[in-house]
Amino acid sequence: MFRGDKTSGEMVNYKIDIDKGMVVLDVIHKIQAEQAGDLAVRWNCKAGKCGSCSVEINGKPKLSCMTRMNEYSDDETIYVRPIKTFPTIKDLVTDVSWNYDQNKKITPFSPHLKNKDKNGNYRMMQEDVDRVQEFRKCIECYLCQNVCHVLRDHDRKDRFIGPRFLIRLASLDMHPLDSVDRVPSVKDSFGSGMCNITRCCTDVCPEHIQLTDNGIIPLKERVVDRYYDPIKLLFRKLFRRNKPLRGA
Amino acid sequence: MLDISNLQTIEHDIIVVGAGGAGIRAAIECSMRGLSTGLVCKSLLGKAHTVMAEGGVAAALGNVDSRDHWKVHFRDTMRGGKFFNNWRMAELHAKHAPDRVRELEEWGAVFDRTDQGLISQRNFGGHRYPRLAHVGDRTGLEIIRTLQDKGVHQGFEIYMECACLDLIKSDGRISGMVGMWRESGSFVVFKAKAIILATGGGGKCWKITSNSWEYTGDGYGMAYEAGAELIDMEFTQFHPTGMVWPPSVRGTLVTEGVRGEGGILINNEGRRFMFENIPERFVAETADTQEEAARWLAGDRDARRPPELLTRDVVARAIRKEVKAGRGSPHGGAFLDIATQRSSQDIVRKLPSMYHQFKVLAELDITTETMEVGPTLHYFMGGVRVDADTQMTRVAGLFACGECAGGVHGANRLGGNSLSDLLVFGKLAGEGAFEYVQSEKKPTALDSEQVITIIKTATNILNRETGENPYLLHESLQEVMQSDVGIVRTESLLNQGINKLSGLWNKYKTVKAAGASQFNPGWHEALALRNMLITSEAVARAALMREESRGAHTRVDFPDEQDEWLKYNVVIKKNKDGTMGLKKSPHSQPGLELKRIANLTIEEMESEIKMERSKL
Repeated sequence: MFRGDKTSGEMVNYKIDIDKGMVVLDVIHKIQAEQAGDLAVRWNCKAGKCGSCSVEINGKPKLSCMTRMNEYSDDETIYVRPIKTFPTIKDLVTDVSWNYDQNKKITPFSPHLKNKDKNGNYRMMQEDVDRVQEFRKCIECYLCQNVCHVLRDHDRKDRFIGPRFLIRLASLDMHPLDSVDRVPSVKDSFGSGMCNITRCCTDVCPEHIQLTDNGIIPLKERVVDRYYDPIKLLFRKLFRRNKPLRGA
Repeated sequence: MLDISNLQTIEHDIIVVGAGGAGIRAAIECSMRGLSTGLVCKSLLGKAHTVMAEGGVAAALGNVDSRDHWKVHFRDTMRGGKFFNNWRMAELHAKHAPDRVRELEEWGAVFDRTDQGLISQRNFGGHRYPRLAHVGDRTGLEIIRTLQDKGVHQGFEIYMECACLDLIKSDGRISGMVGMWRESGSFVVFKAKAIILATGGGGKCWKITSNSWEYTGDGYGMAYEAGAELIDMEFTQFHPTGMVWPPSVRGTLVTEGVRGEGGILINNEGRRFMFENIPERFVAETADTQEEAARWLAGDRDARRPPELLTRDVVARAIRKEVKAGRGSPHGGAFLDIATQRSSQDIVRKLPSMYHQFKVLAELDITTETMEVGPTLHYFMGGVRVDADTQMTRVAGLFACGECAGGVHGANRLGGNSLSDLLVFGKLAGEGAFEYVQSEKKPTALDSEQVITIIKTATNILNRETGENPYLLHESLQEVMQSDVGIVRTESLLNQGINKLSGLWNKYKTVKAAGASQFNPGWHEALALRNMLITSEAVARAALMREESRGAHTRVDFPDEQDEWLKYNVVIKKNKDGTMGLKKSPHSQPGLELKRIANLTIEEMESEIKMERSKL
């Protein structure tokens, strides 16, 4: 287990007896209670629904509450480290505040009020929201942000918003009631062009969201359609049919 | 001597403590009304226990069954709460819930749809009609994310991973509170004209619970210390279906949605034992044969509801009875079976996170196998006593909402009424606090002595040479509450529990956290212990005082509801000498109209609503 803070640290070895059915987070808690009271770890629901307990186990980004000990053999040493892409605060806890800053940059949902009926209801068909609901399953564990090489290896947090927020943008873009055009911001502020579709984000998603195929690629296509399709560009120049751009 | 002028100080009109659904909704309301608002939470934003709410949010939208009406929702809530609810709160709750749900949709929530494209609604325990707006079985996540995304653009400040230690009063009114940044361990003073507590419940006092580490009764502890009253603390809800195996996930919630979608409970003889456990009050509205229950599931509107969908208190006690009689599952629960009732596709689509949860944590496929489930401490019906309309406590400037506040659910909460509670009363608390701040023009002055005492109490835990291990002390507390203040109570057990608690109070005086102040979970645990001890003692003493069985409070030595006890709430307040004071306080009396509605038979109710609508 990594013990340390932003300036220094080391891997510390703990030996512990485990009971049937334990997950890695249980083991961390047991070490906390019996051997290292000040061991820092984030967790909440312990059922894979809140996305707080993200760590790297034997180099693989995972939710520690949903990783069973019996995935590893009896004589195996298990290495638990904080997620690498964000600065370590202490032990397994990292500073993920950058993600909250990114979310704030996204223009909020704004429905067409004319779609509301006299009883205050909006109508949307299930098949039109299936895809949006897929993206809204996201528990914000930031494992996708952690493995995205644009953020992890190239540290381009200044130009790229990361897969988590690209699918949030996609969920807004595909929302049947929304009225905001976010395509310019997807291209310019959020750096959709920097993703080169290696699908690492999709591989680690504990909610099995198809980030790349269902979210990021369609979003990139929207940008291409708008800015790089010569026929459409000409069409728009001639007929000026493009709707006024609202929002960032 | 500590100099408080060096302390970080943050000033707002209003501070909201807790960022679950109720807290964020309250902060949005305050901010929309132009108040400078700060939201303080122990975890990261969006991680509060609201995410664990699975089944849905109850609101009489009438999208699936047009017979629904706020009056029916109100009647169901009162009957579920054994007529012990605060009548006015139950009325406000049922009336406002539909607007709060529609408002969420306008803020970006995407609920499952009906064939007509409206918000879909599902059946749930105790609700007469399909009433729970939902998103698969992750409704809580949808709600918290919607509020979170709305909130970050609303203009209030968010202070994450900051634990609140205690409130500060000046001239009998709230003037601020002291917090501690979990990351650095340094202290911060919040100055405010009003504080809204939205800290949730105190499930972590028990060993088997569906609650996360945050649910340590902080709101109860802080309000009690500040001189506010706690009400109905004896009513703690044991959710009938928590996981029982493997041991490490014992208590983790299995949504009532499983039964709402047709899941049945059976014992080890293969019998659907809920048919033998239908209370008199519900006989007329519950199916008495498997054949009728099956027709109901197939959509027959004339069939009555299966007994598995009786209220949680009834189902939890029935499961316990089966286990006690030796008819339980191998690991001490009952079998919950959805596999034989619905197709695999339906199960995976309607209950995706249950499917996933059992697959990963129990290596069990719920589309082909039965689950093992048993009662788990889930929710506090009681809490801080508030005014029904303004949500203000008996301390000027102190408000409470959501699970932290008591009253709306009476002796037992219906599933789905928690998410609607936190939306309705989160908003009302924001309104109440706004009105209060408008009328309160005097600037707030902070009493530095109170600040110093709070900080010293906290740092003593770190500075002691030796002392009790906070983790082990917490474990002992959980053992006491599990064994002595559990689902079935007696005078002798409760007395025994109260004695043990006083022993733990003594140990708590010397609790010692090892290590430094930076992100130190041992220290945080020790700080929360005071609130857990207050909460536990309040539950145990209130349970001892209430000599009857009503809803979630079961006394074997007083087995039935007593009319005399319907007249009183148990109210708790800290005495001047520091001991815990309990009194019987007259229960809120309903207006004649509300009383009439609650006591209508369902046929009378339906024809009345039909008449009303035909006139429109």
